[in-house]
Amino acid sequence: MKPIAKLLATAAAFGLLAGGASAEDMRIALVVKALGIGFFEAAAKGAEEAAGELGNVEIIYTGPTDTTAEGQIEVINSLIAQKVDAIAVSANDTDALVPTLKKAMQRGITVISWDSGVAPEGRQMHLNPSSNPLIGNMIIKLAADNLPEGGDVAVLSATTTSTNQNIWIDEMKKVMPDYPGINLVATVYGDDLADKSYREAQGLMQSYPDLDAIIAPTSVGIVAAAQAVADAGKIGQVNVTGLGLPSEMAGAIESGASKSFAIWNPIDLGYAATMIAYNLANGDDEAAPGATIGMGRLGEVTLDDNNEGAMADPFVYDSSNIDDFKDIF
Amino acid sequence: MSILKHRETLLVAVIAALLALIASRFPGFVAPQNLVSVFTDTAPLMILALGQMAVILTRCIDLSVAANLALTGMVVALLNTVAPGLPVAVTILLAIGLGALMGAVNGLLVWKLEIPSIVVTLGTMTIFRGIIFLISDGQWVNAHEMSASFTGFPRLTLLGLPLLAWIAIAAIAAMALNMSRTTLGRSIFAAGSNPHAAAYTGIDVGRTQCAAFVISGALAGLTGYLWIARYAVAYVDIAGGFELDVVAACVIGGVSIAGGVGTVAGAVLGALFLGVIKNALPVVDVSPFWQLAISGAAILIAVAFNARAGRAKGRVILKSAEHAA
Repeated sequence: MKPIAKLLATAAAFGLLAGGASAEDMRIALVVKALGIGFFEAAAKGAEEAAGELGNVEIIYTGPTDTTAEGQIEVINSLIAQKVDAIAVSANDTDALVPTLKKAMQRGITVISWDSGVAPEGRQMHLNPSSNPLIGNMIIKLAADNLPEGGDVAVLSATTTSTNQNIWIDEMKKVMPDYPGINLVATVYGDDLADKSYREAQGLMQSYPDLDAIIAPTSVGIVAAAQAVADAGKIGQVNVTGLGLPSEMAGAIESGASKSFAIWNPIDLGYAATMIAYNLANGDDEAAPGATIGMGRLGEVTLDDNNEGAMADPFVYDSSNIDDFKDIF
Repeated sequence: MSILKHRETLLVAVIAALLALIASRFPGFVAPQNLVSVFTDTAPLMILALGQMAVILTRCIDLSVAANLALTGMVVALLNTVAPGLPVAVTILLAIGLGALMGAVNGLLVWKLEIPSIVVTLGTMTIFRGIIFLISDGQWVNAHEMSASFTGFPRLTLLGLPLLAWIAIAAIAAMALNMSRTTLGRSIFAAGSNPHAAAYTGIDVGRTQCAAFVISGALAGLTGYLWIARYAVAYVDIAGGFELDVVAACVIGGVSIAGGVGTVAGAVLGALFLGVIKNALPVVDVSPFWQLAISGAAILIAVAFNARAGRAKGRVILKSAEHAA
């Protein structure tokens, strides 16, 4: 009896049992930071879409009621008890979940993180919504696409020391040669304060009367810049673009101050996380540095040295799809 | 010479010099239309500085103004999302009332429990911010969720000036009248310059301080609505750190932190001085890395002038005594 139990345990540890015993559905748990957040509800929608495509997958959409690591640990413990096949988690804490997730992996459960990651020892891979080079390219592309003849653009960032924004702007400058005729005339900083960002945007329009676009890779800045452009009566003349949330930018899209902007698509993110969890749990793909894992309609993700991968370009929102997303997040 | 001793005249001169300097680098800045927009942009700071001045005059300080502004703003914004048809006049009255209520909380704690105002308002500042998080659930209220009349009101123009600017002018006029022509105004000065003497003349110092907090709160509440309507967005961190700008405007305007000394014109000019700098820095092509340093230096220089002006008075007496001898 004993050797058999050992064999079973070993099989489970390699995830063979999960794949082998499944005349039933594979159960993939999508664990989110907290229930009731539009962004994650949308991700769950994407996960259901993936489950529908795969056919034999059951999605368990769950999470704590508030955004705490303790709550998530409880949820994950109960998932381990239910012997789910895979857990895809957007973590409330990088380190706090590691012991629990390790326990899950020891029981043969496939564990990945998405959106907000956990430390490498607590997951098999992490799915980032996008990557810095993709974001850098996207923000200048958004401006350039509306300027076929070229033109002057300026960047309205957060603070001078905001790491993310600085990296994105650097990545943007690297690909500027791909967009001939587009001149970056200034980079200003609104400190992620509505009033300062508004004033900086006003200043840009005064200093550069021929300005064609303001790129704001920050959600406070892009909203303030759109308001400043609207108040200055320069809608149609100056296009505000960058990174923002559909709920916050719906007004600017409606007024025309912003033609388009980008941010990750939560539906795609939930879809991709489910596909990856399925492929890993199935044994079709393996999470290792340099490996590629299938993401269904979104292609493949390639893992880096930390077993992290980037899903896709940020998703572009404009007047055609803003209404579908503005109530989601 | 005696004119120069007045802080207000000095400030007007400094602001004029500043404008000339900016115009030399960016002529468009002194175009009438731009000056109007600078004045409008500074309106919230001016209104808040008026309330802060009253508080500082009574030897207190109100660090909760920005949080009060943000909480009132969030409340009226949320109210607007559920009742978009509410007339703007009612919204404004509600904002003023709510702000005054929060000011009264500060005032009562200072008056009845005699807790130092800096401690009280530091506490209420964080409490107000916390309440915003609770009522908004950390979510933003966005432009498309607010009604057009709600966000449009401060932008309506009357005789070439936006209503936001007119409201600031009205607040300045009301405050000037209050400080110079009412019992309350005079007792605010008395309570600040010599609380003991004020008590002997029958002025209840604590009650006066409380009244000053209510004024400051009411003005912060009013600004709360104006701010949210102007920037068309409400979230927890709105106007974060703005209380320091407000105190700086008062100090630059010659309102003495020790209480009892200060004028409405001074506070307004102090706010305008900061407003001109804030609006000019983005257009004169100064590296953003220097902007904070320049703003800070301007404040220090202004305060240094303040101290020097105070000292010079003493020297003049000594000099004249020497001459006499």
